[in-house]
Amino acid sequence: MSTRLSTGGKYLNRSDQRRFTFNGKQFTGYEGDTLASALLANDQMLMGRSFKYHRPRGVVASGAEEPNALVNLGTGGTFEPNQRATTTELFDGLTATSQNHWPSLEFDIGVANNAMARFFPAGFYYKTFMAPRAAWKHVFEPIVRQSAGLGQVPKDRDADTYEHFYAFYDVVIVGGGVAGLQAALAAGSAGAKVLLMEQTAHLGGRAVIDGGEVDGKPVDAWVADAGETLDAMPNVTVRLRMMGAGVYDHGYVLGYERVRDHDPMAEGPRHRLWRIRTQQIVTATGAIERPLSFAGNDIPGVMLASAVRDYVDGYGVSPGDRTVVVTNNDDAYRTAISLKKAGLEVPVILDARASGGGALADEAKGLGIRVETGKGIAKVKGGKRVTGVAVCAQAGEGAVLEEIACDAVAMSGGWSPVVHLWSHCGGKLFWDEDQAHFRPDPNRPPTSHDGKGFVIPAGSANGPMDLAEVMGDAHAAGLAAAKALGLKSGKAAAPKVAPQPEAAMEPVWLMPQGAGPKLRMKAWLDYQNDVKVSDVRLAAQEGYESVEHTKRYTTLGMATDQGKLSNINGLAVLSDALNQPIPATGTTTFRPPYTPISFGAIAGEARADTFQPLRKTPIHDWHEAQGAFFEPVGHWRRPYCFPRQGETHSDAVNREINQTRKSVGLLDASTLGKIIVKGPDAGRFLDMLYTNMMSTLKPGKCRYGLMCNENGFLIDDGVVARIDEDTFLCHTTTGGAERIHGWMEDWLQCEWWDWKVFTANVTEQFAQIAVVGPNARKVLEKLGGMDVSKDALAFMEWKDGQLGGFDCRAYRISFSGELSYEIAVPASQGRAFWDALLVAGEEFGMMPYGTEALHVMRAEKGFIMIGDETDGTVIPQDLGLNWAISKKKEDFLGKRAQERPHMTDPSRWKLVGLETLDGSVIPDGSYAIAEGTNANGQRNTQGRVTSTYYSPTLEKGIAMGLVLYGPDRMGEVIEFNKVDGSTVAARIVDPVFYDKDGEKQNV
Amino acid sequence: MLTLQCPYCGVWAEETELHAEGEAHLKRFGPGSDDADFESYLFMRENPKGVHFERWRHSHGCGKFFHAARCTMTLKVFGTYPAQTLEPPQDIKDRISETYPGWTWRNFK
Amino acid sequence: MSDLKSALPGARFDGFATVEETGLRGMVTLRGDLSSKVLAKAVKAAVGAGMPQSGQVSRGDKGLVAWMSPDELLLVVAHDLAGDIVVALNDALKGEHALAVNVSDARAVFRIAGDHAAEVLAKLAPVDLSDAAFPPGSFRRTRLAQIPAAFWRNEDGSFELVCFRSVADYAFGILSKSAMKGSRVGVL
Repeated sequence: MSTRLSTGGKYLNRSDQRRFTFNGKQFTGYEGDTLASALLANDQMLMGRSFKYHRPRGVVASGAEEPNALVNLGTGGTFEPNQRATTTELFDGLTATSQNHWPSLEFDIGVANNAMARFFPAGFYYKTFMAPRAAWKHVFEPIVRQSAGLGQVPKDRDADTYEHFYAFYDVVIVGGGVAGLQAALAAGSAGAKVLLMEQTAHLGGRAVIDGGEVDGKPVDAWVADAGETLDAMPNVTVRLRMMGAGVYDHGYVLGYERVRDHDPMAEGPRHRLWRIRTQQIVTATGAIERPLSFAGNDIPGVMLASAVRDYVDGYGVSPGDRTVVVTNNDDAYRTAISLKKAGLEVPVILDARASGGGALADEAKGLGIRVETGKGIAKVKGGKRVTGVAVCAQAGEGAVLEEIACDAVAMSGGWSPVVHLWSHCGGKLFWDEDQAHFRPDPNRPPTSHDGKGFVIPAGSANGPMDLAEVMGDAHAAGLAAAKALGLKSGKAAAPKVAPQPEAAMEPVWLMPQGAGPKLRMKAWLDYQNDVKVSDVRLAAQEGYESVEHTKRYTTLGMATDQGKLSNINGLAVLSDALNQPIPATGTTTFRPPYTPISFGAIAGEARADTFQPLRKTPIHDWHEAQGAFFEPVGHWRRPYCFPRQGETHSDAVNREINQTRKSVGLLDASTLGKIIVKGPDAGRFLDMLYTNMMSTLKPGKCRYGLMCNENGFLIDDGVVARIDEDTFLCHTTTGGAERIHGWMEDWLQCEWWDWKVFTANVTEQFAQIAVVGPNARKVLEKLGGMDVSKDALAFMEWKDGQLGGFDCRAYRISFSGELSYEIAVPASQGRAFWDALLVAGEEFGMMPYGTEALHVMRAEKGFIMIGDETDGTVIPQDLGLNWAISKKKEDFLGKRAQERPHMTDPSRWKLVGLETLDGSVIPDGSYAIAEGTNANGQRNTQGRVTSTYYSPTLEKGIAMGLVLYGPDRMGEVIEFNKVDGSTVAARIVDPVFYDKDGEKQNV
Repeated sequence: MLTLQCPYCGVWAEETELHAEGEAHLKRFGPGSDDADFESYLFMRENPKGVHFERWRHSHGCGKFFHAARCTMTLKVFGTYPAQTLEPPQDIKDRISETYPGWTWRNFK
Repeated sequence: MSDLKSALPGARFDGFATVEETGLRGMVTLRGDLSSKVLAKAVKAAVGAGMPQSGQVSRGDKGLVAWMSPDELLLVVAHDLAGDIVVALNDALKGEHALAVNVSDARAVFRIAGDHAAEVLAKLAPVDLSDAAFPPGSFRRTRLAQIPAAFWRNEDGSFELVCFRSVADYAFGILSKSAMKGSRVGVL
């Protein structure tokens, strides 16, 4: 059984006990525990089930590389699935549940998959769910969906907050082990502004557990001193619980800080995503131990040797009473020694190397531990827990020499540098034959904007595993980072460490070397996704020779741990099957993040009420208070209509239109874009921008204009007012202000930079209110001030003055066909002016109308709307707007394109009005159908609807649409399709339905 | 995520403060141009693996459009320069030549 | 008019730093040739300040002048002065190619104050806000989360931030979230 030892545990504070639950059971642990160590201390070795076969899974590792111990954490608004127990710090009140099993962790029905494992080989899904096609939807997909996935999706809204932080450093060091600390000392003392981040809660990394002497001090004392030295340096920042998630172009680094996962009741954000720009990055990310591939290596109780050591020395936990150690290198002997010193039994060390180990092996033997060289594990015995191992010769095929009872196995297949961050942005690797691992190729680093390398690996992330070499390498890395910044090295000296020579490791990719199919089928590579040695060999056999293909075919390394334990072993097996050296196989691509990060951290502040900016006019509060129904227009929120008690939205729209046409209505038009264009060349410039002539406009007058892009297509429209000889004010659509302003600047800056024109976007300086209807003038006259009579302010004129004491500019323009004024006042007075208008309009029954009434009224008048009648492929000629295209001008944007044959083709669909015969409203998006079918068997079409509404003025459905030869077919009846498959007949008519001669607006 | 120095305000802006604006040094063809020239102006764009000349706008900043010469493969930036020019400055061309001797891009060498 | 309303009158949030809407401010956009002596003189007359360097504000007895772009300044003064300043600038710049326009009401202004005010902005804007990189007098136009914004640092270490009026609610929301108690980063 696994249990808490009575003494020991460098990370523990035994005076601070913490209570937690796992699957509803009460447990206790200590401050400093991880959830994994606390579970082990309570003899809970079984922590989860695997993805495919639902095999029982215990913890394998002690850190970020853990593939098995994934749990659901928290409840309700703090629930989160797939959390690694090994990186979850224990806090009081933690609740965790295991996942991927039903009905319980101990008894799981899905384990039937395991019994059937022989029939679920690699590629099973691809091979099985091929045919018949129809079965996908009704049979395969529901089954796959039912059984796929690991944890559950949270049901409640995340109750926590998250944030980003933009930070700027000279040097970012990822990893707070001894290498990171030494690199920080070197770079920091040279004067660089340094950020050091460590993903766990403590500095020192493995060295604190593995021991050794640096500068004549025990290594943990050196770590404490180094931490203090760095803290005292004003140019160095050290952050714990912060992971280097990814390295990107031009020195961009993401740091994922888990601010209070260990203390959930604290104030503040749960996670903080640091978005860092740096000149140099030092990756002191250490190394990860590899498992060995032997039959039964996934049975709970089989763990990495280094993890066993961590649990014993770091957390005061015994993973088992009797632990067999199996290795191909000297380092695992440290585990045996630790266990023995903690008073636990080590029945045997199985060293796959025929020649055995070096000094550490001698020390182990000196403690009385039995060491067998040239031996390995044929098979681990046990189900939910290891009960023993069968010993065999590594060189053989697995003939059992001896069975040894044990309840834990500590394995070591050698160490792989963590090269992820080096590789994220293109750093290349090479294969180190001696240590049998990939490590960074110093000649091919990722390069930055200046073409120079910006990532420097340090310590065991760079290959060296011996403490003396690690420290020397890290010191050099810190100095190299400083040098790249042009700094001279400071006072920090390379630490002195006595070398501890070890015997060479020997690669072991399969144990025993000659293991047959039966053993290979039980030798796991990827624990989480259930990929075995036999699966990778099958992939190779079936022709998946590229490592990227094998990965996807078998799902090797595709689980949430991204193959931190399995990749090297997997590609070694693939290389062996393909009979090629490992470097020829290569690695899969390392992609960020290093371990999964929370969606909350990625979203940062962009959640809930600040998910995206909503733009509000100065009158927005009034609309809201009146219960307006809003619609989004770009980022603006505009009232769609103002429903009254008991009214539907369409009731409200009809009422608003009727009242406006009958008496007077008012519209908050503040969102319309307003751009000032000024300069001696302003007229010439607007002549290029608009299809019609603007330079001839007289001051005091307004003119409607169209803008096209160089493809000839309509991009915006609006009324231009000439303010004075040099100055124009251009109105744009609500969504177009920023875009059109940018468009103007583009041409002024990049094409006609010698023209004297300045622009300014003054959209939000003004609240603009349209007062619309036959009584509009009376309302303004009641306010008093400027003369708004027809003679003083005629249609398509503007004037500055005062109304009701407000400084304003009044435009006589109309988008409804009624007598209409648009009045602009400074935004700070917008609400007050609106209120004053409401009072003045009361006796006329004036009421506000929304965007839908606006749309219907303009459609009744046959006015086009950018985005309804246009879709990026429509030219003004399609809309019968030839009157707004100057024939005199030699050039304007879009003119050349409108001369292309396709644009002058008479068969382009053209704008017409449409009236249904039965008075109904044609559905939005309907097509006019034509005789016959196309090559795909679909009905031919001869047009489409662009705007369609119920007109309360005409009391029937009206529409505008683009129809083949439309203007030549007045009076003809054509059919439009409906959603239910039937059609509706509509007559082609003039698009101006209301007041064709414009008598109402020009009074 | 790249950073470019705006040649107008000197800010080293990250990509989120910038807006990509397509290929640089396009020559406009208007009314009277032949179909081939107009087609090339509207539609034909370089898509090199290597040195490229682009327009960017410092949209969340000083609002100016500028040009950048960079390698599309390595993201090495050879320089940024104002948009009011018909060809890249000589010092930027020289810097490109150091990395890619004999480079060409449209009619630049 | 008596009833002038800023975007969020009286809005204030107290966290590890304070965020408050400052009320209406006079602002004039001036575009022109910044090397012109006539223009410099007109600016001096309007605000009492000299021409700012790129990335800076300059201060005068009536307010400050911010460098917006190589051909644009922003004059920040009391709200009721802006109209007259536009008139005065137009007078002084007759014959020059220039544009002066009142944009006071198009904007909202926030002050972010407290010892660690820089951290509030550093959560939202991709700008180095360390004392060394952004001392008092510095000015920057940039991105504040999802909106354009500009801010400068005052002599007392506080910041003033300008954004469009329509997004004042959003700006106040994200600034307040960033200033939330318990969320100090501890590096600025």
